[in-house]
Parts: sequence; structure tokens; C-alpha cells
Amino acid sequence: MSILLSEDFTFMVQGITGREAVNLTRECLDYGSKVVGGVTPGRKGREVHGVPVFDTVEQVTEAVGYVPNGSVVTVPPAFTKDAVFEAIEGGIELIVIVTERIPRRDVAEMVELAGMRGARIIGPNCLGVIVPGISKMGGIGGPAKDAAKSYAPGPVGVMSRSGGMTTEISSSLTAAGLGVSTAVSIGGDAIIGSTYAELMPLFEADAETEAIVIYTEPGGRMEAQLAEWVSENQSRLPIVAFMAGRFMDDEEMKGMSFGHAGTIVEGKEDTATEKIARLEASGIPVIERIDEIPDAVKDKLGATV
Amino acid sequence: MRFYEYESRRIVERAAIPVTKYGFCTTAAEARAAAEEIGGPVVIKSQVLTGGRMKAGGVRFADTPEQAERDAAEVLELEINGHMPRGVLVDPKAQVAQEYYAGVVWDGTRKQPMLLFSDMGGIDIEEVAASHPDHVGRGHISNLLPISDFQAKRVIAQTGVSGSELNRATPILARLARLMRECDMTLAEINPLARLADGSFVALDAHMEMENEAKPRQKALLEELGIDSDEAREPYEPSEFERNVKAIDSADHRGVIQGKDHGFEGNLGLVIGAGGGSLTLTDAVRSQGGRPANYTEIGGNPSVAKACGLAKEVLRKDGVEKIAVMMSIVSNTRVDIVARGVIKACLELDKDPGETIAIFRIPGAWEEEGFKILERYGVEYCDRSVSMWEAAGRAVARIQTPAASSSKTPGAAGSVEGS
Repeated sequence: MSILLSEDFTFMVQGITGREAVNLTRECLDYGSKVVGGVTPGRKGREVHGVPVFDTVEQVTEAVGYVPNGSVVTVPPAFTKDAVFEAIEGGIELIVIVTERIPRRDVAEMVELAGMRGARIIGPNCLGVIVPGISKMGGIGGPAKDAAKSYAPGPVGVMSRSGGMTTEISSSLTAAGLGVSTAVSIGGDAIIGSTYAELMPLFEADAETEAIVIYTEPGGRMEAQLAEWVSENQSRLPIVAFMAGRFMDDEEMKGMSFGHAGTIVEGKEDTATEKIARLEASGIPVIERIDEIPDAVKDKLGATV
Repeated sequence: MRFYEYESRRIVERAAIPVTKYGFCTTAAEARAAAEEIGGPVVIKSQVLTGGRMKAGGVRFADTPEQAERDAAEVLELEINGHMPRGVLVDPKAQVAQEYYAGVVWDGTRKQPMLLFSDMGGIDIEEVAASHPDHVGRGHISNLLPISDFQAKRVIAQTGVSGSELNRATPILARLARLMRECDMTLAEINPLARLADGSFVALDAHMEMENEAKPRQKALLEELGIDSDEAREPYEPSEFERNVKAIDSADHRGVIQGKDHGFEGNLGLVIGAGGGSLTLTDAVRSQGGRPANYTEIGGNPSVAKACGLAKEVLRKDGVEKIAVMMSIVSNTRVDIVARGVIKACLELDKDPGETIAIFRIPGAWEEEGFKILERYGVEYCDRSVSMWEAAGRAVARIQTPAASSSKTPGAAGSVEGS
């Protein structure tokens, strides 16, 4: 088992003829993902690594005979909202938005429409989702052979605001003999489709997942939301957190953002120090050394047995 | 991007929110003329992108145009928190009956804008929320539906405000919400919003911030305000290093590099990436006693020239003795290209790569090719079996113990530990 993806999961790629999208399609196909179609307006009739290209989402659905489960959206920021609206109105249930630098208002509109239609958005500004050995949706982990090196199946669910760190952490879990159930690059923006707390119920319901690792940064209230969720729900899953960007709490760094757009600190509660305090108060240890994550997870798993 | 008060005033004014008759002046003579035109006592306010103006003496009250001229001359010369003012705002001293707060902010958890209103204006809203929670009204608005006045009314009514005050404040808060949406603001605040002796409402001060990502589509507004699209509006003046890195980045479309050195004064230059990796590595260096000279982000597969340019800029910084080249596992960026770039930078500056590069830790795509090159130049490198924490620690150790840089530990240089 896993969350979000499964063996039979099918998806399309919107913006499939773009340079990055072509690579991503290759990687996903090589990994065993079922990429059933692509959309680039005006390019109907082409193929990308054997995947047929259409002008509209509707045409993909007509051609394959059913509505695919998901869509990876990788189109320029000015066109992303329209593409995502098209996917949602086309009945797509899981949308991974790779594009970065999308204005917050557009993201908020997409998320609200998705909520009304029962669709889920992962991202924007993310690398997607991977279920080791089964499927990957997006550039997460890179080419199939690299993804295989970093991601082995196992009991740990990973959620990360950084795409690269999703792989770094999963690789260390794999090297430690633990492995990953599902890893989700949730995106680095201030507003994202699915936060830690919003994905927790899915992991909670997944029999294979026994522990959670989150990678987090300054900026926003996502960690406070997770801390509240944990306090309010009797979660069976132990969580280990890693907080990067502690140096941003320095006086000289005030008002600056580093790494991802979402790291901009807009209030007192957004700082690394404050977040660490909140997470720890809800029983989530925040690890300072990245290399200590696997042992911290092993400790937690040992404690639950 | 933050706006100056005089720009924020213009933004609320064009959204049909009443403001006092004000003048933006860049000279003392202009301030005098503005005071004469206004007639009566005026307020002179420094136009800087930082808080604490009042405490620093950047806000003055003048009864006559002569005094306004003298005050403006002083305020124009007054540096506040490292910022020189861009000018002064000359404003009539309003006959205020009561001060309110009206604001619209993003609620990232709800993923919707939130309207805020308080009948205790003029002070920080977070303070009011903490000390007098019953004096703060709140309400979320849909991202998709049109904004209706009743939504503003409901928020204001929560604070107990009623009568003509409620009816006059309602359209102001609703207009503020619409402008926040239409102009892609991340924050739109009027504080204080004043009720004057005659019962009318005016915005006495406004604070607006626009999302950087939305600047391209807000070009018309920015042009109207006379703002150059390149204007950075960082919380500080960009350094030479920051300007140079930006120039190297924009000269070549392949890959992305960023560099910052504001607040960093160490001896270890960081050539690191990507987003989350750079945050993690900067912490790891500092936690182990290292002193970073800068912060960088490499991403999206830069060319050799770009990686070389970045490393050179870092190496040219005052006080930099060595550089640490580190990233989280890469799938898009090519290890060999970054390796070539940083070695080239050392050679072009007549430095020995083996001595200058304290550690090279970039695992992932094309790593075998990269490691071969590094080996040839005697650069200490490692793969994913060495954690980001440990790699950072090794770099710190090499720069702190001079002996380690001249005589290499047997087996450490050029070896791939654990593999």
C-alpha cells in the first residue's frame, strides 16, 4: 500500500512538449508509471516518448476511454491556473503542479476550486510524488535508475517543502535499511495544495506507513497546523521533523527569504525557533543533524513495538 | 515588494478610499510649498522602507510652513535603520475623533485572504489581538466569488462598531479587500484609519506589499506609480557580490545561481545548492563552528561558465580562504559540470583546487565523471554516503586547522568513503 499513487494509477502531463516535461515523461515511463497522454495546445498529433499529445484534457479522456487519475502540470506560471482549472473541470482527481513562481492569488484560486470539485493539488513548486518500486509522478528522484538508488520500499512516509531534500532524506532512510512508503514533495511556496496536516489522514490510513519524517523551513504556519493536528488526533504515527534555515532567525537576516518563496517570515510565529518549540510541544522531535534522522526514526519505531 | 507610504497612499486613493490631501516632497523647499498649500499644522513623515520612524525622529509636527521646511530638511538627512529616506510626506494634522485599523492579509492555513478590523487603531494589530481580542474582527473571503460589502460589514460589526460609523467604514474595508486581490498584494493595511470630527473616514497611513511573482502582470500599476521594474527593494542595499552574481546569472539562461552575503562575514566561502540543501548546509556549517562568508543557491543545471563565475565571485570576497562546494543529491544539475566550473575558477585565480576547495560533496547525476575530474586535481570529495552534516564538518575542520590544509590526512583526499 501507499498514499496517492498505486500500480494502476494513470496520469497525463500538461505542457508535455516543454523541455523539462519531456525529461520528466521519460523518467516516469522508465520507472513504470502509466503516463497515458499529454496536452500542449496546438500540438495535437505529436508524440513524446510514445505518449500521444492532444490539444485539450477532454481529448485525452476521449482517446484513452476514461478519465486519467492524475495530471502533472508543468506550464509557464502565467498559464498554470488555466491548465489546472482545465484538469479539475475535466474530472482529474490528483494534480501535481511543478511550476514555480506562480502568484499566490492564482494558487489560492486553484486550491479553492479543487476543494469544491473534490480534487487534490500537490505543489506548486514541487517535484511530485513517488511510491518506491511502483510509480512516480513528477521529476522526484530524477531518472529511474537514480530514483531506484535513493528510494527503496519501506515503512516511512516522507513529506518535504524541498524537492531535493525529499530525495536526500529518503536516500538516507534507504541506506539505513528503513525505506520509504510514499514520499511527497509538497512544494516550497507560501500557499500549497496539500500541507503536512492535510496529508496526515492519508498516511494514517495507509497500512504500510509506520512513521513520518518531515523536512521543514521558516515561513508560514504549516508546522503549527501539523502540531495542532497531532494534538487533536490520536495519531498512531510517530513523526520526526528536520528544520533547515535556523540561521534565518538572526537579526541581520530579518525580512529576507532564502531557498524557497515560502520562507519569507511574515510574523513572529513563522520563525525557526518558534516552529521548533511548537512541534516539540506536540511531541514531535526536531532533529538538528540531518544524518541523525534514520536513527531518530528507528528509536520511534522501536518505541511503538 | 514593499511600497513606500506615499505610494501606498496613491494605491488606496485609486481604489476610491479617501485620504487626506498630502504632498510627497524630495526637498525642504517643496515641503514648505506643500505645507503652504495645505494650510494649518502639518505632519512631516520620513519615507523609508523600515519601521520605527517615530522613535527615530522621522516624524515631526510643524505649525508653520517655515517650521515644515526646517523639519523636512532635517528628516531628509536622517538615516533610519541604515536607510536614507527617499523623501518626506507632508500631511495635514488631522482632527481625529477615533483611530481604527483595517487590513487584509493572507491566511496560509485557510488559503484565503482574511479581513481584519479593529476599533483600536494606530498601534500594532498583533498587540491589540493579544491584549484586546474582543476588539479585533476577522473574516475570510472566497478566492473565487466576488467580494461583497456584507463580508466587510460582518467583520467590523464583530468589534461592536455600529451606527453611521459601521456604514461609513464598510465600503472602505471592502474596497481594501478588492484592491488586495486585484493588485496581488500579500498585505494591505490602513493603520490608522481615522474618523474625523465631521464623521468622515480617511486613511492616515497605509502599508502595502505586492507579491514579487505578480510584478510582471502588475506592470501597469507599477508604471503608474513610477516604479522601475528592476527596482529590487530588498530590506538592504545589494552588495557588490550580490550584484555580480545576479549579472552572471542573467547573462546565461542555463541553470540558476543566486548569492547573498548580507549578514555573513566569515572565511569559508559557500558554493552550495539547491533551495533546501543550501538552508541545511548553511546551518550545518554554522552549527559546527564554521563561519560562512556568504550564502548561495545552485540549481537547474548551470553551465560550466556559470558555476565558474559563481565560485570566482565567492573566492574574490574579502576574507575567504577556502570554498566548500556542497549540494543535496542532484538529479537535474550535473555533478561533472559543477566540478569543472569550480576547478576552473580556482585555476583562473591562480589557486590550487586541492587546497582551495575544502570539500566537494555533490552526489547524483554524472557523479562518476565529476569525481574523476576532482581526483585529477587532488580535490577532497565525497558521495552520498557522507551526510551533508559530515561534509560541512569536514570543510570547517580544514579551514580551522591550518595543518590539515597543507598535509592531507592519508586516505581522506580523493577517497570516496564508505563506497
